[in-house]
Amino acid sequence: MAETPILSVRNLHTEFAAPEGTVHAVDGVSFDVFKGRTLGVVGESGCGKSVTARSILGIVERPGRVTGGEILLQPADGGTPVDLLKMSPWDMRAVRGPEIALVFQEPMASFSQYYTIGNQIMEGIRLHMGLSAKAARARAIDLLDMVGVPQPARRVDEYPFQLSGGLRQRVMIAMALSCDPRVLIADEPTTALDVTTQAQILDLLRELQQKRGLAIILITHDMGVIAEMAHDVAVMYLGRAVETGAVKDIFAAPQHPYTRALLRSIPTVMAKPRTRLPTIEGSIPQPFNRPVGCAYHPRCTEAVFAACRTEPPPEVGVAGRNVRCYLHGGLPGARA
Amino acid sequence: MTGAATLLEVNGLKKYFPIRKGLLRRVVGQVRAVDGVSFAIRKGETLALVGESGCGKTTVSRCILRAMMPTAGSIKFTIAGSTVDLATLPRKTLRPLRRHMQMVFQDPFSSLNPRMMVGDIIGEPLLINGMSDRAARRKRVLELMELVGLPGAAINRFPHAFSGGQRQRIGIARALALNPELIVADEPVSALDVSVQAQILNLLLDLQDKLQLTVLFVAHDLSVVKHVADRVAVMYVGRIVELAETEALYHRPLHPYTEALLSAAPTPVPGAVSQRIILERDIADPANPPPGCAFHPRCRHAEARCRETRPELEEIEPGRFVACLRANELALRGIAAMTGPAL
Amino acid sequence: MFSFLRAKGPALSKAERYAQATQLQLTWWRFRRHRLAMISGIVVALFYVIAIGADFLATTDPHATDSRTSYITPQPIHFFEDDGSFRPHVSGLKGVRDPKTFKLIYTVDPNRHVPVDFLATGYEYSFLGITTTRHLFALRDPQRGDGIFILGTDQLGRDVWSRLMVATRVSLTIGLVGVTISLFLGVLLGGISALYGGWVDTVIQRTIEVIRSMPTIPLWLGLAAALPNDWSVTAVYFSITIIISLLAWTDLARVVRGKFLSLREEEFVMAAELAGASTGRIIFRHMLPSFMSHIIAAVSLALPAMIISETSLSFLGLGLRPPAISWGILLQDAQSIQSLALAPWLLAAAVPVILVILAFNFLGDGLRDAADPYG
Repeated sequence: MAETPILSVRNLHTEFAAPEGTVHAVDGVSFDVFKGRTLGVVGESGCGKSVTARSILGIVERPGRVTGGEILLQPADGGTPVDLLKMSPWDMRAVRGPEIALVFQEPMASFSQYYTIGNQIMEGIRLHMGLSAKAARARAIDLLDMVGVPQPARRVDEYPFQLSGGLRQRVMIAMALSCDPRVLIADEPTTALDVTTQAQILDLLRELQQKRGLAIILITHDMGVIAEMAHDVAVMYLGRAVETGAVKDIFAAPQHPYTRALLRSIPTVMAKPRTRLPTIEGSIPQPFNRPVGCAYHPRCTEAVFAACRTEPPPEVGVAGRNVRCYLHGGLPGARA
Repeated sequence: MTGAATLLEVNGLKKYFPIRKGLLRRVVGQVRAVDGVSFAIRKGETLALVGESGCGKTTVSRCILRAMMPTAGSIKFTIAGSTVDLATLPRKTLRPLRRHMQMVFQDPFSSLNPRMMVGDIIGEPLLINGMSDRAARRKRVLELMELVGLPGAAINRFPHAFSGGQRQRIGIARALALNPELIVADEPVSALDVSVQAQILNLLLDLQDKLQLTVLFVAHDLSVVKHVADRVAVMYVGRIVELAETEALYHRPLHPYTEALLSAAPTPVPGAVSQRIILERDIADPANPPPGCAFHPRCRHAEARCRETRPELEEIEPGRFVACLRANELALRGIAAMTGPAL
Repeated sequence: MFSFLRAKGPALSKAERYAQATQLQLTWWRFRRHRLAMISGIVVALFYVIAIGADFLATTDPHATDSRTSYITPQPIHFFEDDGSFRPHVSGLKGVRDPKTFKLIYTVDPNRHVPVDFLATGYEYSFLGITTTRHLFALRDPQRGDGIFILGTDQLGRDVWSRLMVATRVSLTIGLVGVTISLFLGVLLGGISALYGGWVDTVIQRTIEVIRSMPTIPLWLGLAAALPNDWSVTAVYFSITIIISLLAWTDLARVVRGKFLSLREEEFVMAAELAGASTGRIIFRHMLPSFMSHIIAAVSLALPAMIISETSLSFLGLGLRPPAISWGILLQDAQSIQSLALAPWLLAAAVPVILVILAFNFLGDGLRDAADPYG
């Protein structure tokens, strides 16, 4: 992987000022996204996966704000990467859509109910590509056709409520792709959908990626979706990426105790009927009440070092991936 | 499990919702949410009702609990040697019977009254059913809390102090308060995080063994079902399309929809996807189901007769029920055909 | 005042205190953070204190007229004498002959100081069955025409300050009584509508729509004009209240119905039903407490509307009529440009109207935000 990443997130920090205290929603997350590959960002509620996506696009809602790090975007023509965090809000508008686009979880909530889907797709096209109304409409129909919406010339004039959940998500993807972005962020794109519909949408995303060399950041809580879609994975827990690496490595030999326990606790159709699952004890702490040290230590069965309770472990390279766990080194005082 | 007495027998259950339109709210059509469902649950077993949104699985469960009045059919419930038909019982006669069947809800937030303390929530069924002595109630509540793994100190707390998993434990304790025969669990883990999901599934398995519970487990997720169910009924647009022992159904599905559902279930094994069957189109509209087999527009094995004749659920092998005209000719793929090693 | 909100028994840890907090406590904690709403709450409370102690705060009989003291400019209370000693006083009045008309009129005589006493005796009034002459402050030994005219006097020589105090009571209670009536109607009809459904629901909802589709001002005009002229002040007061609330209940009925329907779908309500709870228990133990807070918020947003309705009706001369005193009637005095040019202090009644309406709206918003813990 000597290739340079399209998008490179370095030590990202995003905070929320809640009445209960400051929530470090994203606390030092780093990863790279490459052309034609999918990075899966996976984690349970409160792990900061969605806030990471919003931070990249510069759409973190108040009272949250990005407080540190770099988000480097490689320009299309090569050249030196630009830091999105240093861009003005005005310049960011030229990034959202033509460079990086977003697909939301809830397709119903992401559309206006008062405009036809064609209108909503055309809006972005005309804004960013400066096409005429006629050309934009033709392009909208092409896009709908590309994402597998049947009878696109008729559907283009329908309203969002006339479509099924699966079709709405297809339209959402068409809208995201309308300005030919290089990076697509899909935030739980199939969570609200049925399994058979989910399979259709994931299949569509894979096909689009192969055709257009899209870089995809897929955010999900579902390890099954990750296994199916991702090339690289970042496993997050309470604001930190605890393990980052290639999907095959992580599923075959997880290195972080959390990844290990999480993979074991997933129900699967392959299991013997009525078998108990290994569990992770306890529950996820409140984000404003994050344990000191390694956030996972109160639930960890392998926490053996005093440092686990006092200082968050640094990212260390192990078996071709990055892991944040003292089991793999990085103990304070033991640095080489 | 075979040979055990039947606790609940559902026959030809139908639930239609009228579609009303206009100023006078005239009925212009009907949503056939449940359209002739029959199955039986034996004492002590877990039957899973599986299907995608709009298949009618939740409606079936609500009809059994009589949170809804069925349009037609019978629900025979056998309690203490006598059998009653829940489908036709008047509300008054029904009330004393409610204690024998309780429900565990999907949403751990909306299912607990935010204005009541945990002790009062779990104790409410006891209070309603005549345990008016405070001390006795408290003792029983503490017992139940221990049973589901909640600390006794939580008795004075309010639901807002708990995480989703703990709330689900509170809901389970409430359901168990009256020692019911039947527990209807409506997607009890689908709103929970993965690491908590496993805890609740294990708890349900333990409780069932300990208390000899009979469980109707409603779910959309075949992988969760595999861990809890003795038998599985797959529903599609208001009808059961296949019903069989869990192992048999997963290994050799007989209905093409079961096959597709199995193959669409996400598996945490990279590369397992190559064998996937991807269904075309959307789930049929229960207000306007296609003629013949409701699944035929999406079925890759459909023939001309599938468009005309509606298949009935038939027992084609002992204990194996399927509603497919081609059930005997097709060789469908089960989980063994999916790549990747078993976990 | 909020001691009932504090945790009982031994000191609890912060987390445990939160865990054992009732919805009322949680709402209060959230509300406390809402600074504007807190201030508004205090303002509203102060206004009701004024409403209760209106006569006590008044200095002069609000109905007593004296044509010779008309349009006296506002007279501040001076607390210190010229020599610096603490002796509260107001300037006295002196009678002078108008050089053209030879009419005796009073003007301010800054050289004559009339001492002011606190908690002193003034005109006699009765409130809630107590008859007394005690006032917050009064003149020690007034001569003819003397008075404390903090906000000046009107054309008929009545003290604007005293009238404003009494008007506050009338206008604020009209709001309260009106809201009580519409709350009763709203909860009853909204509840019935939601509970029974079917044609009952249809009839009630259509009725609400018909009522709401009528333009309010002409309707008020008609109803108010129908009130006989010879009715007593009290009778008119209650009639106007009922007229206003007959139109205002529709909003509350909709809130109640909507909340009722959404709560009926809540799973905890279904859980109670499945445990065999009676309809009464479900409604009173589970549903009512859950939308109490919404009703309180809806009420605090309905109150200002009521107050405005009364004020505008009376201003237009369709609501209360003199000798009744309300904000609307006080503003009616300030209708003509002449009187405004001559005595701009007559507009003083507009200040409390604006203040109260704003305060109620902020308070209502704050309550609504605080009452919805999970929404």
